[in-house]
Amino acid sequence: MTTHIKTIVKGNLASTIKNGGCGQCQTSCQSACKTSCTVGNQVCEK
Amino acid sequence: MLRIKDYSIKKNVHIYHQGGLNIAYDVNSGSLHVLDDHTYGFIEEMRNLQDEDPSMLHAEEKLLTKVGRNLSPTVKKEILLELEELQNQNLLFSSEAEEIEPCYPNPPLIKAICLHVAHDCNLRCRYCFAGTGPFKGRRELMTSETGKRALDFLFKHSGNRRQCEVDFFGGEPLLNMSVIKELISYGKTVARQAGKEIKFTLTTNAVLLDKAIADYLEKEGVSVVLSLDGRKEVNDKMRPFPNGKGSYENIVPQILYFTKLRPSSSPYAVGQYYYVRGTYTRYNTDFYNDVLHMADLGIKRISVEPVIASPDDDYAFREEDIDKIKESYDILGEEVLEYKQKGREFSFFHFNAGLNEGPCLPKRLSGCGAGHEYVAISPDGSIYPCHQFVGQEDYKLGTVYQGNPLKEELVRKFRGAHVYNKEDCRICWARFSCSGGCHAANAAFNGELTKVYSLGCELQKKRLEVAYYLKIKEAQQIETV
Repeated sequence: MTTHIKTIVKGNLASTIKNGGCGQCQTSCQSACKTSCTVGNQVCEK
Repeated sequence: MLRIKDYSIKKNVHIYHQGGLNIAYDVNSGSLHVLDDHTYGFIEEMRNLQDEDPSMLHAEEKLLTKVGRNLSPTVKKEILLELEELQNQNLLFSSEAEEIEPCYPNPPLIKAICLHVAHDCNLRCRYCFAGTGPFKGRRELMTSETGKRALDFLFKHSGNRRQCEVDFFGGEPLLNMSVIKELISYGKTVARQAGKEIKFTLTTNAVLLDKAIADYLEKEGVSVVLSLDGRKEVNDKMRPFPNGKGSYENIVPQILYFTKLRPSSSPYAVGQYYYVRGTYTRYNTDFYNDVLHMADLGIKRISVEPVIASPDDDYAFREEDIDKIKESYDILGEEVLEYKQKGREFSFFHFNAGLNEGPCLPKRLSGCGAGHEYVAISPDGSIYPCHQFVGQEDYKLGTVYQGNPLKEELVRKFRGAHVYNKEDCRICWARFSCSGGCHAANAAFNGELTKVYSLGCELQKKRLEVAYYLKIKEAQQIETV
């Protein structure tokens, strides 16, 4: 039980270097920006 | 013991205050935590000591002894134990991601094209990167023959990838509606024959978006990005017709008709969606008012982005604007929460944050894929790395009329412009979220793909901070329900 830190989101990003990269995700710039690339706000489509 | 030998806190754990919360974002795992004041101060002290005295990076025992002297021994022990436990679970102070460069197939596998069906426009937006339509060339429309060649090029080069994407772009694509219709029909037929799925999007200023066209796009399942800058006076200052008259009155009813066709449009731009997209300049650094104006009109999916401008442009941001812009993002974040509470929820595209459900690290390293996964095709069939490079001959990759492969040297250059090859990104906490920024902005401001556009970075980091804050608030609201 933690009293000083509350974890809100548990991620495992670093481990996806091994099993990620299927390439099925949408191209980031096609969606709604066209001028300011943000990849991290997409969802994985796997 | 907490293991922080050779572990740069500044690079790997981002702590900040937002909306009265102490937030820690663990860069390598993508985890989010809320800290009490003692823990925030403790991590901040460690980070500052590492900054002030680089030898501290290699002397963890010395560092841990030095920090937290203002805390009682019990509290310090508790904090260290909690940090250690989270480190063991790889959630905070987690191991640095293994540095593996993205690997790509050869020849390049193209999965998306931006099809410039019209290098002409019926508006004369002052900040247009397409030079109000022609992209440094002449005003022209793409023929259906070139469009079909472009789709053939996409199918041929998409390899075993099932989903292919086509964005109808311009200038103003609706100026060439007959060709768009022909290409949608052709693309769907060929995709079916090839066992692929084709996804269409269209980016329009909405001037010609009458009911017939809106209903057609709805029927064909085309996702649509509609341009509107917000309040009438803001929109009309930058987005006039050629005669100088503002476009707001003409486009808003058409935009609202279309958005009402898609009430359940995905905030993450998945499936058949719409987004209303605007640009803000130094004339509306209070752009949160424009976002709220659109939300008040009933628009649910909103993206408003900073203008990319030459420093000589009167509307370009100046140093003194930065704080005002950041404050606008803060206000907007609170308004997002407020509107949700009032049952008038809307989403702001750049406050989306894919954390545990977001893209994998290989995707985050490689970014938008311009120049090798994503290309733009101009009306004459020329291929460029993305829509913003169209018309820049140095960046021409080939044409759809030649069977030749894409210019290898350029493909290599774009593939190489990933996070680990950008000096500033390697040590930045936002590196796995922005993926090194926009290639076109980097090239325009610094002449190199691997040198970042620093103003863009600063704003991107602010947006991410608010986005993570909103994730926390969302989780806290779920908990209290």
